[in-house]
Amino acid sequence: MEDKQVSGEVVPSGISVRAAEIAVAIFLLTLGGLVMYDSVRLGFRWVGDGPQAGYFPFYIALFICVSSLGVLGQVFFGKGRGEHKVFVEWAQLKLVLSVLIPATVYVFGIQMIGIYVASVAYIAFFMVWLGKYPWFKSVLLGIAVSIATFMMFEIWFKVPLFKGAFNPLSFIGY
Amino acid sequence: MEEINALFHGFSVALTPFNLMLMVIGIVLGVLIGVLPGLGGANGIAILLPLTFTMPPTSAVIMLSCIYWGALFGGAITSILFNIPGEPWSVATTFDGYPMAQQGKAGEALTTAFTSSFIGAFFAVVMITFLAPLVAKFALQFGPPEFFSVFFLTFCSFIGMGKEPPFKIVAAMMLGFALAAVGIDTVTGQLRLIFGWHELMRGFDFLIAVIGLFGIGEILLSMEEGLSFQGRTAKINMRIVIETWKKLPKFWLTSLRSCIIGCWMGITPGGATPASFMSYGVAKRMSPDGTKFGTGMPEGIVAPETAAHAAGTAALLPMLSLGIPGSPTAAVLLGGLLIWGLQPGPLLFVEQKDFVWGLIASMYLGNIVGLIIVLTCVPLFAAILRIPFSIVAPVIIVICAIGAFTVNNAMLDIWFMLLFGVMGYAFKKLSYPLAPLVLALVLGDQAEDAFRQSMLISQGDVRVFFSNGLVGSIMALGLLMLFWPLIGKLKAALRNSGA
Repeated sequence: MEDKQVSGEVVPSGISVRAAEIAVAIFLLTLGGLVMYDSVRLGFRWVGDGPQAGYFPFYIALFICVSSLGVLGQVFFGKGRGEHKVFVEWAQLKLVLSVLIPATVYVFGIQMIGIYVASVAYIAFFMVWLGKYPWFKSVLLGIAVSIATFMMFEIWFKVPLFKGAFNPLSFIGY
Repeated sequence: MEEINALFHGFSVALTPFNLMLMVIGIVLGVLIGVLPGLGGANGIAILLPLTFTMPPTSAVIMLSCIYWGALFGGAITSILFNIPGEPWSVATTFDGYPMAQQGKAGEALTTAFTSSFIGAFFAVVMITFLAPLVAKFALQFGPPEFFSVFFLTFCSFIGMGKEPPFKIVAAMMLGFALAAVGIDTVTGQLRLIFGWHELMRGFDFLIAVIGLFGIGEILLSMEEGLSFQGRTAKINMRIVIETWKKLPKFWLTSLRSCIIGCWMGITPGGATPASFMSYGVAKRMSPDGTKFGTGMPEGIVAPETAAHAAGTAALLPMLSLGIPGSPTAAVLLGGLLIWGLQPGPLLFVEQKDFVWGLIASMYLGNIVGLIIVLTCVPLFAAILRIPFSIVAPVIIVICAIGAFTVNNAMLDIWFMLLFGVMGYAFKKLSYPLAPLVLALVLGDQAEDAFRQSMLISQGDVRVFFSNGLVGSIMALGLLMLFWPLIGKLKAALRNSGA
């Protein structure tokens, strides 16, 4: 790691732990709510021969809601509520997004042009953009990885991988 | 003596050239997985699982379990040389391992780590050999209420023994249960929680969750830390190994204690990570050199490594004998067993003797092979760590995507993997534990089935869970585990008020 000069007083800016805690707790609360809603539809009561289909999920959802409310409670009223801790600094978030966004595009690419071709593009792009490698080397490595996976999955183990909605490799017969 | 005979039979099953080759491949792959960020025991095995479908089950499980041993060994390499724990259970190894490497004693530190891991695993395998058949025989009499009580105990001990905030453990675990409930309800055949989205009918496969949470999540976390690896170089030769081995016997007490902590934490699903911390903590308190811990004491490596390996191995005991995995990796292996058409649980010891004893024998052999490989190949594995992250990261993401796809041949799963990745990143940073989430996802349906079958038997009477001594005491133990932290607090409060 590069040596960052962070003194005691200067708090690096970024998303605070508090905000992240709240966001995750609300996410869980929403999920819990959804599960509960569907459980009620399925029937969450105890009938003569035991619980209905929604019985188990209903109480699970209840636990999710209660525990996420508990987390929220601790955020607002707990011991450490005054502290300002950073969940992720902006600079770090940028790095994380520089992996996450291309990865999302990559998955979309798989859907369109299949795993093999998308992987070549993704590996090459990543190496050129973040690793500052020359194009030639990066594309070559991408192709090498794709060929290796192709040999391993399609030929040796006979496990077909996803070729995408528009299969650019259809000409080789796979 | 029956076990010894069976074990030797197992050796005859495991000791074929093909299986030995798979062991070596498995260990090497495992160490690689353990060394690389973003790939770990659980998701590494999850990704490689589809490749073993065409192999005979015994060979397949031998290879997969060897990957697991390899990953356990591999975690120590990165901790000691790079101060980056390759696996969560090797975090405690960095405390004394990295200072030793800084003092130029990397070879000694690595030898200590590998040898301790080996001893921990060996202890646990011996225990499995003798205890697993007994547990299985005992469990043959289990009905649905007993099984539910074991599930109950499993989940309660997570909450009681976990280091994370209890609300977060419960939230993570319940999320796992909720995800497990998605799809067709096995009792009534109704569609649950799919909200009209028919592709969800299959439910969430826990392998996808494992690949996303541990794989993608880990990559995102490593990315944040900047990632210019600055490692120490290590030389290991026979002389260093022999000299280190001469020093190790004096830590026998620490070692034994760590073995026991590890086995206990492995069987009750505490897992390898808490076991390593607990063992480190106990060793620090009990050792005469306790105050010097953290400055490069070999004993500080012996304790966490022994316990982590013992726990990692012991986690297979409940998986084999009860069908209840003690760790996410054991859960993935269990998933494999199901795919090969083997129903884990007590009947496995009766119906699939070759498989069970072949696997147990391979644990002995795999750990010996592993020790030899890691002691001889450290420079090679350390070199892999020097490959820049901008090459390793995209390749690992590609591997994860392929792994996620091959589980069900479903494109949608790759999207879920990405989603789980983001979730894993956020959860890990906010200390929501991932292990209970994964285990709940794996065991959710079974736990629910056991519960509902018990209810059918008792016609809706919850007292069935306390109807006989066995099920009652397991439930009571579960409750005890659940409220353990509260009991501890209560005791402290009483002591304070008395004083």
